[in-house]
Amino acid sequence: MQKIGVFVCHCGTNIAATVDVLRVVEAAAKEPGVVHAQDYPYMCSEAGQALIASAIRDKGLTGIVVCSCSPRMHEATFRKCAERAGLNPYMVEIANIREHCSWIHKDMEEATQKAIILARAAIAKVHLNTPLAAGHSQVTKRALVIGGGIAGIQTALDIAEAGYPVDIVEKNPSIGGRMAQLDKTFPTLDCSACILTPKMVEAAAHPNIRIFTYSEVERVTGFVGDFTVDIRKHARSVDMDKCTGCGLCQEKCPSRKTPDEFNRALGTRSAIYTPFAQAIPNVPVIDREHCIKFKTGKCGLCQTVCAAGAIDYTQSDEIVSEKYGAIVVATGFDTIKLDRFGEYAYDQSKDVITSLELERIMNAAGPTGGHLERLSDGRMPREMVFIQCVGSRCSDGRGKSYCSKICCMYTAKHAMLIRDKYPDVNVTVFYIDVRTPGKNFDEFYRRAVEQYGVNYIKGQVGKVAPLPDGRLRVSGSDLIDGKAVEITADMVVLATAIEPDPSARRLASMLTASIDTNDFLTEAHPKLRPVESPTAGVYLSGVSQGPKDIPETVSQAGACAAKVIGLLAKDRLTTNPCTAHSDQLLCNGCSACANVCPYGAISYEQREVNDHGVRGERRIAVVNNALCQGCGACTVTCPSGAMDLQGFSNRQLIAEVDAICR
Amino acid sequence: MKFSYYPGCTLKNKAKDLDRYARACAAALGIELIEPDDWQCCGGVYPLGKDEIAPKLAAVRVLADAAEQGNQLVTVCSACHHVLKRVNDDMKNDADTRERANRYMDLQRPYTGQTGVLHLLEVLRDRVGFDTLKEKVVNPLTGKKIGAYYGCLLLRPGDVMTLDDPENPRVMEDLIRALGAEPVVYPYRNECCGGYVSLGDKELTGRMCDRILESAVGFGAQMLLTACPLCMYNLRAHSDLPVYYFTELLAEALGVKEAAQ
Repeated sequence: MQKIGVFVCHCGTNIAATVDVLRVVEAAAKEPGVVHAQDYPYMCSEAGQALIASAIRDKGLTGIVVCSCSPRMHEATFRKCAERAGLNPYMVEIANIREHCSWIHKDMEEATQKAIILARAAIAKVHLNTPLAAGHSQVTKRALVIGGGIAGIQTALDIAEAGYPVDIVEKNPSIGGRMAQLDKTFPTLDCSACILTPKMVEAAAHPNIRIFTYSEVERVTGFVGDFTVDIRKHARSVDMDKCTGCGLCQEKCPSRKTPDEFNRALGTRSAIYTPFAQAIPNVPVIDREHCIKFKTGKCGLCQTVCAAGAIDYTQSDEIVSEKYGAIVVATGFDTIKLDRFGEYAYDQSKDVITSLELERIMNAAGPTGGHLERLSDGRMPREMVFIQCVGSRCSDGRGKSYCSKICCMYTAKHAMLIRDKYPDVNVTVFYIDVRTPGKNFDEFYRRAVEQYGVNYIKGQVGKVAPLPDGRLRVSGSDLIDGKAVEITADMVVLATAIEPDPSARRLASMLTASIDTNDFLTEAHPKLRPVESPTAGVYLSGVSQGPKDIPETVSQAGACAAKVIGLLAKDRLTTNPCTAHSDQLLCNGCSACANVCPYGAISYEQREVNDHGVRGERRIAVVNNALCQGCGACTVTCPSGAMDLQGFSNRQLIAEVDAICR
Repeated sequence: MKFSYYPGCTLKNKAKDLDRYARACAAALGIELIEPDDWQCCGGVYPLGKDEIAPKLAAVRVLADAAEQGNQLVTVCSACHHVLKRVNDDMKNDADTRERANRYMDLQRPYTGQTGVLHLLEVLRDRVGFDTLKEKVVNPLTGKKIGAYYGCLLLRPGDVMTLDDPENPRVMEDLIRALGAEPVVYPYRNECCGGYVSLGDKELTGRMCDRILESAVGFGAQMLLTACPLCMYNLRAHSDLPVYYFTELLAEALGVKEAAQ
């Protein structure tokens, strides 16, 4: 018989306001095997943990139940506490009476009853707990960063500086990401390329960094400390060792009508191309879909003009398989599609553009050479309207419910730059709220209003109507004046909501990392573990985790690198002993468990089995404990009940159910 | 193809053309439209007062009748279509309206929003298909530049009407194309004409209509097409630009216009 202690936490008023904690203590004390029961306002505090430790020692407890918050929050805390007091950490059970009870109920009587039942179930389980010993696994001292934008570059640089090798995988032909597309950056208005390209060069030159561009992650297996990743290097059709980056091939390429992704399709590019002049690596790729040689077999001009002999039409995709201890997701964002926002006439007029498109128009290397002009007729606009929150903070289901966070600041930036460079252009901004919580941000916005005379109107735009003369009638509301407003504009700029890059979803499922309803990757804890995924060994950097600007992205990238370095600095990791195992007397080798195992942890062996005196050879499931993550999928699938999970055995779970139904 | 058919009261008076040509086209396309014996005016305007049940009962009556016949309910008037779809949505999704209407009406069976309500444009698009329709056109309207005028009631609220994208619709443009004419897309085609405001403030509806007409003419429309008697009235009151019911041009293209007159 176990000697069980029950510790009920008030969590200040988080639990105690809805659950009568003393009654839970009373009821728990009456359960069989319970020799100690007490409450405390904050069980996780030092004093609370001291209470638990002394009860374990003084009463010789063999198992404890802590009735508190979610095990995701403090299971590790209480296990460590038990271990310090000489109790096996796996003899600790948590009854979650906060998230599962007090936070979601209002009626005190019902909540108290439920808390008692949850405590009872945990007590029933701990009766069947057995001491478990954690194993150890090795750490591969190399990190993978997926995405080569500013988030990925900064994370990689910080890890590399600490002395660990890092690989960056970028799906585009060059690293640089969205930041490379920007003209100037707020709130200092320094040129984006001037601060980004040195970092790109630094990453490329760093002895600890390898960069795979034009590459994608194809497959991920393994677990924290020991991931194996297959990287598909798309056929570049250009030999990276031979190419000198002279650019002659791009100049001579006769296929020039492909929309230029880097310029947001505002211009065209050749079929053999580098996305921009400062590309790293400065080695072009052949876009085979649009290359005349690949489409018709004729042409081959690039090969003819290449003095270095670098063009290779026979290249094929290559799979590189590498081991990593940690994986960082830094896949960034794109702007949302505007096909559900017909009122802004984005598809009907070339002069309605997104802010990212304006960014390219303002850029000296952009489609208009940095000159502000209408894309329809090349005329300079006289009247410009900016519309904020296009698809952000959207409650009708067409856009995103969240604030995209960067738009208020870049709109102020655009408005200010235009007023500065072209003082004759009138600029109006429609906004719901102006949100500028960042260092020197509000000063920046006020400068746009006070010093540069940008006309801010609080209210939303209902319609942008192209007029027969090519101008745009913008109808909106001015909520402060309580009036309808109409402005006949030459150009309209939409601050379009941002969303995670579409690759994030596929990647998340490969990594078994969770994503939220908007496809942003979820943190292990929104406040206390903001750069870690709930999946051990997976880390989050940049907008793949949530909207953020460059300063915040760089800070997060550093934080993320610190976490990765912390992992890679360890020589070995403690493994979870709660893994599955198969009872060879019950297993009939049907393969059902191996089919559902997401980690490939189950294989089969022919074994000689002595089944109650009958000897015979059988096909038996065998679990690789290093790979098993203890998810339990096999135990519920096994038709003969042969699979069981340590720490969550079928008997333990049934005992919990029995206790709940009692 | 058989449907219950709700003409609505305007189609028995001012908008006889909308009704007459709809019936002729339906017959030509093999669509049987069955008008219930006993229907009342839908009210013309969807009542926004949530506590008021009476103005919705006429719509419930015809919806329940279609349910009894086992038919979907087709209508051609934008306003009737709007009221019928919204009341039906209430009967399906708003327990309070459903219970009170059923208590009040004493129907054979409780009505819970099971009738599918369709605008004739939806029948043409989704059931007949514009490709099939195109094959049945005998007098293609070749060379005509026609602007579709949707107005506000036909498309909004988008999640209840579910007829087309309320901000960038295309169903009438596709119809115009099927009839052999050239659709003129202009930005004010889904703006309100002023509706009943014309009863009290002709100047205001004038301004609203002018804007629509300017936009249509500016982008090259030679005539407008509508599904709404009130839009027709307001637009005609402010311009000489020809405005037709979509059923009239459809009848012309199908070669059944003369016979229907």
